Amino acid sequence: MGLVDRGRLPKPLTTLFNMGRSYSLWVYQWGLACCAIEMGAAFGSPRYDVMRLGVIPLPASPRQADLVVISGTVTDKMAPAIKRLYEQMPEPKYVISMGSCANCGGPYWDSYSVTKGVDQIIPVDVYVPGCPPRPEALLEGIVLLQQRIKNEDMGARWRGEGTKPMNIVDGESAEKGGVPVVVHN
Amino acid sequence: MTMLGDRQQLAYIAAQAADARVNVELETEGMTLNIGPQHPATHGTLRIIARLDGEQVVWAEPSAGYMHRGYEKLTEVRTFPQVTALVNRIDWLGSFANEVPFILAAEKLMGVEAPSRAQHIRTILFELSRIANVSLFLGDLGVQLGAVTPVFFAFRDREYVLNLIEAATGGRFHPNFDRIGGLKDDLPAGFIEETRVVMKKLRTFCDQIEDLLFGNEIFQSRTRGIGVIPKDVALQYGLSGANLRASGVDWDLRRDQDIPMAWNKTEFKVITHPDGDSFARCWVRLQEVRESTKIVDQLLDTMPAGPVMAKVPKIIKVPEGEAWVSTENPLGEMGYYVVSQGDQGPFRVKIRSASFNNISIVPWLLKGVYVPDIITILASLYFILGDIDR
Repeated sequence: MGLVDRGRLPKPLTTLFNMGRSYSLWVYQWGLACCAIEMGAAFGSPRYDVMRLGVIPLPASPRQADLVVISGTVTDKMAPAIKRLYEQMPEPKYVISMGSCANCGGPYWDSYSVTKGVDQIIPVDVYVPGCPPRPEALLEGIVLLQQRIKNEDMGARWRGEGTKPMNIVDGESAEKGGVPVVVHN
Repeated sequence: MTMLGDRQQLAYIAAQAADARVNVELETEGMTLNIGPQHPATHGTLRIIARLDGEQVVWAEPSAGYMHRGYEKLTEVRTFPQVTALVNRIDWLGSFANEVPFILAAEKLMGVEAPSRAQHIRTILFELSRIANVSLFLGDLGVQLGAVTPVFFAFRDREYVLNLIEAATGGRFHPNFDRIGGLKDDLPAGFIEETRVVMKKLRTFCDQIEDLLFGNEIFQSRTRGIGVIPKDVALQYGLSGANLRASGVDWDLRRDQDIPMAWNKTEFKVITHPDGDSFARCWVRLQEVRESTKIVDQLLDTMPAGPVMAKVPKIIKVPEGEAWVSTENPLGEMGYYVVSQGDQGPFRVKIRSASFNNISIVPWLLKGVYVPDIITILASLYFILGDIDR
């Protein structure tokens, strides 16, 4: 892995690796509230069927996962568990924040017990807005993440550099690595 | 009892002696098993701390609060129409059913009654959300016991119901459709015919689930006689809904209560089961989906014409007073105690949600059961975390 860290792989090989990584994402489902049901519909139901996108939603533990979907309200009591989950995942790791609650607190923006946005705890790659987002919106978020993985600098990701949370509402920027994406729905 | 040959008998005695010796040699040590806070069997983020002796639970306690969002406090800083958007998300599988008791309580305080067409549509949407809720339970139940197919069936047929709700309210999941004095809109064109078709599909779904799960030998041996709640204990712990009816108590707020909804214009059976075990709880829920589809069919036949909104002022101020309304929600009795001081928003709202009382029996129920049965029992009790923690 030393070669990847230092960014010394030739471009065609990086492209190949990135393509392989983007189509074999193991998703850990961190279902918390209403969005968990929509996530279940996206991942487990015959109508939406996430596996056609090359996403496998059933890792046995966060240690085997590449991507975690935080779906639902993050409360202050839950926050340490999410932090720990994220730390257990191996690099390179990606986070999709699903639903308004996980993005920014949503309808509980003035609640005393809700963490206003999971990005206060862990860096987020793709924000999927909605309360709850439709399963299609989550699938679009996954597709955007895959585009991003395909175009990213592997070395930077392995060194943990490309994870600065930022707000970009531009669809095209998904193709440039290193900035989070907001799905329009 | 069959007669055993000498050899068999000797072998049996030897095996017993060997077991006894192992038990003495392997003295079990207490162990604490932490289930959750994020576990598929807990429908969200419930944490159960169980102290085990070998495979048996000696002591168990649910640790709630991972999904506490402070609803009761939040309602104090919202206006009455805004509260429905919040309370949708309490029991997120049957969202519309959460709005109804709150709106009814507010209407009671204001002295308004919704027109009969609005009451009809409310009841239809209420029952549709019950079907959407419980059909997912039926699918999920299989997953908890290791059968994956039912969940695909459930998600497939649940989508039809969600499409109906979306067609009528605009919200697939959280409709936020109920208003004080009626409903936001009338039903869309073609809703009634479409609903009839979907109800037929749902009855087929119930048959399929009954064949797949309830007739299955493994399912029966995993659930029959497991987690038995006797009638008196169920009443003492304040259980409600299907959990109570599965213990043989004939109690249904849809029938027993006179509230301005359309249930009293329909005929339906209140399903009870004498056993009180996990199987009974699941079976009662399955039958209730069937009854709900029949209720919806009857209501579609007798849909009255007329407006869907009573005359209410544009800015709603609820007069001073206190009101309590509860309804038979998918998970059990759900009620709101609304205190108003004449403002635009409630002064205080107490939310009685069904799951909170339903899981209060968990420490009593899990005592002495085996570890795999914990999952069965939790699945059959059927709670939703938003409904517990609020």
